[in-house]
Amino acid sequence: MALILAFGVAFVQMIVPLVGAWRGWSGWMAVAVPAATLQFLLIAASFAALTYSFVVSDFSLQLVVQNSHSAKPMLYKVSGVWGNHEGSMLLWVLIVVLFGGMAAWFGGGLPPKLKARVLSVQSAIGVAFMAFILFTSNPFTRVAQPPFDGRDLNPLLQDPGLAFHPPFLYLGYVGLSMSFSFAVAALIEGRVDAAWARWVRPWTLAAWVFLTIGIALGSWWAYYELGWGGFWFWDPVENASFMPWLFAAALLHSAIVVEKREALKSWTILLAILAFGFSLIGTFLVRSGVITSVHAFANDPERGVFILMILGFFTGGALVLYAFRAHAMEAKGVFGMVSRESALVFNNILLAVSSIVVFIGTIWPLVAEMFFDRTLSVGAPFFEAAFTPFMVVLAIALPIGTMMPWKRAKLGKAVKPLIPAFVLAVAMFLFVWAVQSERTILGPVGFLLGVWLVAGAMTDLWNRLGRGALSYRLSRLARLPRADWGRVTAHAGLGIVFMGISGLMAWEVEDIRVAQSAEPFEVAGLEVMVQQVREVRGPNYFSTMADIRISQDGRTLAVLSPEKRVYPVQAMPTTEAAILNGFWRDIYVVIGDPQDSGGYAVRTFIKPFANWIWAGSIIMALGGLLSLSDRRYRVAAGAARRPRMQGMPAE
Amino acid sequence: MKHLIFVLLLIAGPAFAVTPDEVLDDPALENRAREVSAGLRCVVCRGENIDESNAEIARDLRLLVRERLLAGDTNEEVIDFVVERYGEYVLMKPTTDGANILLWGAGPALFLFAAFSALLYVRGRSVATGPGDDGLTEQEQARLTELTGKSDG
Repeated sequence: MALILAFGVAFVQMIVPLVGAWRGWSGWMAVAVPAATLQFLLIAASFAALTYSFVVSDFSLQLVVQNSHSAKPMLYKVSGVWGNHEGSMLLWVLIVVLFGGMAAWFGGGLPPKLKARVLSVQSAIGVAFMAFILFTSNPFTRVAQPPFDGRDLNPLLQDPGLAFHPPFLYLGYVGLSMSFSFAVAALIEGRVDAAWARWVRPWTLAAWVFLTIGIALGSWWAYYELGWGGFWFWDPVENASFMPWLFAAALLHSAIVVEKREALKSWTILLAILAFGFSLIGTFLVRSGVITSVHAFANDPERGVFILMILGFFTGGALVLYAFRAHAMEAKGVFGMVSRESALVFNNILLAVSSIVVFIGTIWPLVAEMFFDRTLSVGAPFFEAAFTPFMVVLAIALPIGTMMPWKRAKLGKAVKPLIPAFVLAVAMFLFVWAVQSERTILGPVGFLLGVWLVAGAMTDLWNRLGRGALSYRLSRLARLPRADWGRVTAHAGLGIVFMGISGLMAWEVEDIRVAQSAEPFEVAGLEVMVQQVREVRGPNYFSTMADIRISQDGRTLAVLSPEKRVYPVQAMPTTEAAILNGFWRDIYVVIGDPQDSGGYAVRTFIKPFANWIWAGSIIMALGGLLSLSDRRYRVAAGAARRPRMQGMPAE
Repeated sequence: MKHLIFVLLLIAGPAFAVTPDEVLDDPALENRAREVSAGLRCVVCRGENIDESNAEIARDLRLLVRERLLAGDTNEEVIDFVVERYGEYVLMKPTTDGANILLWGAGPALFLFAAFSALLYVRGRSVATGPGDDGLTEQEQARLTELTGKSDG
């Protein structure tokens, strides 16, 4: 069964390059649409087959043997499909062809030539990765003698997080391939205009939203799974997702300038190439074993070389094309030194440079070893020191930038409405400074910036309502374009993330001790008591579970049940923290080993504002979605206005 | 069942990073130990510092750090002591000497370069006259009229 479907994939392999070659001729351009559909159906079928093999625990497949077990819960059987190198590559390709299909199905309004070229580039990416799967990582490899049972999935991955985190992340990574395809198509055409930007922007926005959600989910997962509540580690693979995110954020801002003002064209193209290039670099880093990380699931030089070739071909090829054709992009818009345009240029500098700083930090251990013969590490302290300043500057400049009009602005005029926001932010700074018991500057500054961003977003919204009576303004509120709502929401979300991160990092309280049963102890004004410890048996693990009561002023807040699990098949222990989520703070409890003196080791954390990090991220993503639902994209997507707009530049 | 107990025995190790028996009695000293630990990498782990790591060697290093602190070393002396034995690989925060200047300097240098290029670009844009500034050419006007079907222009 699996073999036949592998053949199906090979069949797609055969068809796609041929079609790709044909597409240059106008007569054959129409082939692209059914080909994209066929590709999608075939890949979907082989993905479904792999999923089926996992679900029924078909141990004649090597992949299933290595990553599954018949006693594993169904959710993890399904998500186990992409909890490994081969399966996740198949998911990756599935999403590539899905996006290709989307462009084919909903791209009715695109100029036929542009559409054919976009689809052709997109399918070239598909071909490259299908070849990668077939030649180096075939998920359908058979085992001659199927074993009785499988080796189970890594216990750390047996979590609902695995079901959602990778698909979202891949939707983001691969979504950027659409922007890339559009950029390359535009380079081949030698023309970029507002209509092009209006097409690229929703794809970028969608990819960015998915990346935001994917990264937030991953960070949340790490927070509750790893047993001490870290939310970001500056691990190479996290950086691999963060770099494209920063570039995508830069790209979706610069595409606005192309769309509204027809400037920054070649820069936008370059960003689109880089954004996807960094997605590929991320893939390379994760799967080549060049840089070790907690995520690395394939350490195979052959695969690494293959991905490096794909990376070199697409990014290198696109950059060469860019070098030859970029000058054809003629800028039209004229704008002053102080204007919305230049504010967005500044935004782009900060995002792009900070992303490259992350990149340099990530590959530096490699560079140092190769060229300077030094084995060294680049850890979180470097990134915190080198990356954070850019974000601080970004946060300071952002509200001012959003207040500036296009073309020409007066700084004083733009800043004036922001005075209340500024006063509020400073008041918050002083308040936080006075209230906190630690003498750290991190918390107050984070809140200063966060409040400045949120209040700035509100001012932005207020400003969009024009001048006039309150009733008039309120009536405009309902009719405000979704894009405005999106911008305000996303910027406010960023502010909330700022507050969450700084609050958590500045004011976390930690307590480690040996706790005896029924002997309460105090952590930051809370009373913590281990009520009992019991042995529990899960579907494919054994668990030591404690019931720990958290109370305040004699009132019980919750009974938390942290666990220590052992998965016998993989012979690996995991800690399952128990968390009492709260608006202001999380209470995070971990149970450890029994002690010689009796009792258990217990770690208790108070994590202030932890949830603000993820809530803010989701609000940012929501802002992206709001913007995506803006009327102008729906209008642009419909064919209604297209023929007339296309008529002009064709002459 | 016997088999299971054997497995459990094999993997029974420290469940989490810092265990209560490691913690120093003096809270100030313990805080310093945590601070130092956060800057030292667990040599067998993947990018974890010894404060977070569950590995046996990380525990040994944590104990070593505490031992040195109890012996009266300053934080810097403890770090130097560990680096001398395990190499600069254990430093989470790379030094600024030698080629590492490139690493630390890249961000600021790139930023200055980008800001300067952008400044030139924006200045260029602010004095340029766009093609639309001189109004429409006759051809464009004719095409517009044709498209809109009106002659008022």
